[in-house]
Amino acid sequence: MLVAAVLAVLPFLGLPAFYESFMYLLFSWAVLATSWNILSGYSGYFSFGHAAFFGAGVYTTAVLGSKLGWSLLWTLPFAAAVPSLLGLVLGSIIFRVRALRGELFAVLTLAVTFVVATIVLNTPIDGGPGVMLSAVPLPRLAPSPSGTFYLMALALATVTVWIAYAVHRSRFGTGLFAIHDDEEVAEVMGVPTYRFKLAAFALSCALAGLAGGIHGVFVSYVTVSEIFSHWIALYVILMAALGGTRHWLGPAVGAAAVTVLLYAFTASDYAIAGKAFTGLVFILVILFLPGGLLGRFAQRKPLPRVASTVPAVAPRTGGGEPLLVVRDVAKAFKGVQALAGVALEVRRGEILGLVGPNGSGKSTLINVVSGHYRADAGSIVFEGRELSDEAPHRIARAGIARTYQIPRPFSHLTVLENVALPPMFGKAVMDRARAEAEAWRWLEFTGLAAKAQELPQALNLHQRKFLELARALAARPKLIFLDEVLSGLTPSEMDEAIRLVRAIREQGATIVFVEHVMRAVLELTDRVVVLTYGKTIAAGAPRDVMRDPQVIGAYLGGAHA
Amino acid sequence: MPSAALLGQSLLAGIFAGALYGLLGLGLTLAWGMLRQINLAHFALVFLGAYLTYQLSAAGFDPLVTLAIIAPAFFVLGIALHALLARFKVNPLNTLLITFGFTVMLESLIQWIWSADYRRLDSHYAGVKWKIGQLFVTLPELLTLGIACALALATWALLRYTDLGRALRATAEDAPMAAAFGVNHKLLALLLSGACASFAAVAGTCLALSYTLAPSQMYAWIGVVFAVVMIGGLGNPLGPLVAGLVIGVSEALTMALTAPAWAPLVSFSLLIAALLLRPEKF
Repeated sequence: MLVAAVLAVLPFLGLPAFYESFMYLLFSWAVLATSWNILSGYSGYFSFGHAAFFGAGVYTTAVLGSKLGWSLLWTLPFAAAVPSLLGLVLGSIIFRVRALRGELFAVLTLAVTFVVATIVLNTPIDGGPGVMLSAVPLPRLAPSPSGTFYLMALALATVTVWIAYAVHRSRFGTGLFAIHDDEEVAEVMGVPTYRFKLAAFALSCALAGLAGGIHGVFVSYVTVSEIFSHWIALYVILMAALGGTRHWLGPAVGAAAVTVLLYAFTASDYAIAGKAFTGLVFILVILFLPGGLLGRFAQRKPLPRVASTVPAVAPRTGGGEPLLVVRDVAKAFKGVQALAGVALEVRRGEILGLVGPNGSGKSTLINVVSGHYRADAGSIVFEGRELSDEAPHRIARAGIARTYQIPRPFSHLTVLENVALPPMFGKAVMDRARAEAEAWRWLEFTGLAAKAQELPQALNLHQRKFLELARALAARPKLIFLDEVLSGLTPSEMDEAIRLVRAIREQGATIVFVEHVMRAVLELTDRVVVLTYGKTIAAGAPRDVMRDPQVIGAYLGGAHA
Repeated sequence: MPSAALLGQSLLAGIFAGALYGLLGLGLTLAWGMLRQINLAHFALVFLGAYLTYQLSAAGFDPLVTLAIIAPAFFVLGIALHALLARFKVNPLNTLLITFGFTVMLESLIQWIWSADYRRLDSHYAGVKWKIGQLFVTLPELLTLGIACALALATWALLRYTDLGRALRATAEDAPMAAAFGVNHKLLALLLSGACASFAAVAGTCLALSYTLAPSQMYAWIGVVFAVVMIGGLGNPLGPLVAGLVIGVSEALTMALTAPAWAPLVSFSLLIAALLLRPEKF
């Protein structure tokens, strides 16, 4: 802010217009790179179509300004709205596809520039000869037009960087970073991934469109081939990658560096060599500077610790009545019937053991209940509410959490941020400060507090398993699925984990405990349900069920039955 | 409504254009589907191949004979590219970024050697044409169609029926598992990448036979060829050819019925339609 205020004085010092124009370009690139980064850097969905959205802004202003005679400032809201709408339409189609996400998005946005360019070129929007914008009325902000452009670009760059900063710090930003690392897990933890991606895309496009609206008038004559150039995407990605995509200021820093570099080349006689050199720098940055110049500063600082406002122990409400009722749930994968009519009931306050041989459908059942897979048939009722058609993040909000058998932490978020994520997206939406306070409690509960500032890669398997538990607990679920939390642990770690599971129940959660370690199942569970070939074959008290000949047969083969 | 002859001629043009889309898409789909590399530089290689064909033909070689030189040279380039990407364990998205860098470097190289002006290959093939009923067929078009079909079918048969093909498919499915069964997956990946680059050389020669060349033109092909690759199904050698023919014909009909300028929107619309109607196929 202070920097911006100082820079705002510049046009009144009577410097030659060259400096103002050069700085204008620098700010303009900073806006493009930073706006690109809000979607692509934070969430990992790399857009190659920023030129399309920038160009949509240019031509919106061109049409309104030169054909309808509007002044520049009046055209700008539309220069933001049109590309934003374009992004929303495009995103609503692409973001639904679940396979190949990032790759598909990259390739489709690569094509978008060309498509938008074709439309502009073949309609009266441009029609071929280009559009003159020199008659568009400018606001008078500074003594000279170049000073006015300078101030507008400075203001827009300040606002854009501030937005990038605000998003970076916010709950929204946390969601985007989680999408970057593991979108499926983010969704299961309550992040509305589809909406977040759309919102980030729309915001990114709107800011690029604003830069475009101003730029069209700045250059005063626009043509399709110059505005919709693949170089824009290349420069923007280069700037953001060079500066650092995980830092709010990274793209702006990269923009400054690359703008100076580009100026050096365009001013010299080696324009073609300059292009080749840019390509080479691009490759080197991707290969050797993955975090960018600001990479080492990109880790978000934890907020000052505040006391948690949520009581540690949720009040026990009732007990024994059905919490989750699963009826006749079926799920097939390309002919393999993973679930063939599972029926089970989880009662409030209990620890239910879910056992069965490998491939019996336990993990698939968790994936269906948590919404990751949609059931082919059957019903899943949680607290009287049908869940089988709900999105995973809504199921998470209803109060269901899970752990993963093979831990899936968000690899670029610290342990603390990992655990603070579910409370931000749970049933009571918390801001980051309160969520982190909540996270500290569960880190202490699981003995991970000393590792709070580490990245998950610094943890060993047993700590990662506990991180899974801490994350699931921090969501304050009513029902929690523990998927083989004991597998791979040593006997003493196992004892610790068993104590932890008991403590979880004391916190007021109902537990479905999926496990192969029979000692733990017998020790911990109130009831046991046995699955084989996607069907429930037995349910009841653990010791009775384990004596059931059908169950013994399922585990050891028919001869023992 | 255009006349039947005109419509027939544009259908034919669509088939030939589609064959070239398929030919360009073949190397891309194999690299993306089987090596997890989105090789944007494929387009630059195609253009480099086209320019080399142009240059060597001007020096007196028959355009098809030039392939005997260009294709092996490109095979080496493809191996070098894969060696680099494998050395740094580049993830699929970053392969797109890095090959974007190579694309602009190759574009600059082409512009430096051959300038940004349009170039046109004059070969004795260009004038050869036949009249079938009311329709004209030229030799370069027929060659492109024949080569595209032959290469796609040969690749398909190789992948499906030979041990080499089975090993390649196993590697694409699960490289460490294939390695555990004794498949030298690193060597196979290098060979496949080399083959993809050679396919780019072939596509380049076909391009030079029928089209006027300019360095910036390479970007005009990206949208439609990626659409062909995605609609055809990643890693499926017959996919780009089939999808290419569908898109080529649709474009030709669009051009005949509306205006030629709208053709670039056809592939994108078809791709969006495919995403909307069959999202689970992607």
